[in-house]
Amino acid sequence: MSSLSSQVSATFDVEKIREDFPVLKQTIHGKPLVYLDSAATAQKPYSVIDAIRRFHEVDCANIHRGVHELSQRSTASYEETRTKTRKFLNARTKAELIFVRGTTEAVNLVSSSWGRKNVKAGDEIVISAMEHHSNIVPWQMLCEETGATLRVIPMNERGELILEEYEKLLNPRTKMVAFCHVSNALGTINPAKQMIEMAHKVGALTLVDGAQAAPHMKIDVQALDADFYAFSGHKVFGPTGIGILYGKAKLLNAMPPYQGGGDMIRTVTFEKTTYNELPYKFEAGTPNIAGGIGLGAALDYACKLGLDKIAAYEHELLVYGTEALSQIPGLKLIGTAREKAAVLSFVIEGLHPHDIGTVLDQQGIAVRTGHHCAQPVMDFFNLPATTRASLACYNTCAEIDALVKGIRKAQEVLT
Amino acid sequence: MLDELYNELIKDHGNHPRNCRLMQDATAQAPGYNRTCGDSLMLFLKVEDGIIKDASFVGKGCQIFTASASLMTERLKGKTTEDAEKLFEEFHDVLTSDAPMGPELGKLAALGGVRNFPMRVKCATLAWHTMMNALTEKQDPATTE
Repeated sequence: MSSLSSQVSATFDVEKIREDFPVLKQTIHGKPLVYLDSAATAQKPYSVIDAIRRFHEVDCANIHRGVHELSQRSTASYEETRTKTRKFLNARTKAELIFVRGTTEAVNLVSSSWGRKNVKAGDEIVISAMEHHSNIVPWQMLCEETGATLRVIPMNERGELILEEYEKLLNPRTKMVAFCHVSNALGTINPAKQMIEMAHKVGALTLVDGAQAAPHMKIDVQALDADFYAFSGHKVFGPTGIGILYGKAKLLNAMPPYQGGGDMIRTVTFEKTTYNELPYKFEAGTPNIAGGIGLGAALDYACKLGLDKIAAYEHELLVYGTEALSQIPGLKLIGTAREKAAVLSFVIEGLHPHDIGTVLDQQGIAVRTGHHCAQPVMDFFNLPATTRASLACYNTCAEIDALVKGIRKAQEVLT
Repeated sequence: MLDELYNELIKDHGNHPRNCRLMQDATAQAPGYNRTCGDSLMLFLKVEDGIIKDASFVGKGCQIFTASASLMTERLKGKTTEDAEKLFEEFHDVLTSDAPMGPELGKLAALGGVRNFPMRVKCATLAWHTMMNALTEKQDPATTE
């Protein structure tokens, strides 16, 4: 296989980008690291590592309190991330952006706060067949508590949601439609704008799990008209333990607080507490300050590369990888949606993913094996697990070639 | 290291497991399940007068798990339940420490390569923990995660 030859790869200097990621410069079991597990967590560039280090070395103080210099500095750079996130998602105002631990906490915040207030017995919550457990379980818990019913949009063999079936599920009882923008297990890019429009027609709200979309494509919550949109910092080159929940201000204003504590209050007496304004109403306690600052640096990094350019380059990697893996006898790709992000999930006849994973690891190749926290997806394809190579903008065609070579080695070693 | 892990005996038993069948007249049985990786089995034992007359399993999982279940069931036949428990201890020690592999392990020594792969010890030991559960009549599925 030759390397990419298009204009995109000519203007996207991947070797220069790789220089920004220190973790990539190592060998594993004597072989250069080939990191193909970015859907689990993305690697971090120096700028993110430096921003976190700088906070701890120079600016460390608690935020939103104290008049001293350090507190002012840390508050400013933490809040600066909210400004950057507003631009990143094209939200209307900073007040619509709530810091959370990650996408999981964002979904739980909405299902707990909005859900308990607005969902009652007989109502319906719609999710999709390709959800991560984090966008299934919180809604199941809400349904159990309220007597609402959980409905599931089915998918086809390619791993695409069947919109005609989705349409049939929608009715005036539908209160919320929650689905992933991009599937972590299959790579499917869902038609979010259309799905949101369909939900709104019956008066339902929407929550989009953007964990796998944020690192790979430009997101515009206003163009999507999403009611809630969530993503995790660590999948977009930032640190773990920090993420964002976007919500329309009028919805967030009408919701009760998620957790009680410091920072989320305006006044407290033993008789009554009044709550702070948005977004602080949802941010009880000292947050992950270093994480928030690291996320700011991560969003800067992604925007500097350009999300459109990242998407175009990764699409070329996907096309190259799909073609390369398809040449391997006995290999079957799981998830072949026409609109797809750079995720290559596959099974090989007669070989178990964990054995493949071990052989690949010995060659320095990091992939994910297992059910990818999406057991219903595995059940649909009647598989216990798959091997998943997930790509990011720092991956190369040479690394895909290494994967192909690694898989052939696995076939040799295991049979 | 890979060749030591996936040696010929492991590949043989992993790809063509022995005693992989239901047992209608089992006197003890127990399930085993590793949640995150999906390896699962039902283990059957036929114990008479304290002696394991027959052992079998049905299940699905990786090559290490399958080979271990296959080799274990082969080895258990004719052993007393006390011997089986002792064997479990020895096998477990070999995989989880630097304990030397004694000759009493026999063919089970083929699984010794697993100790260089700590992430895979759970695969090699699942059937064994399930066997212990069957002997002690524990109801919950065995797990090594």
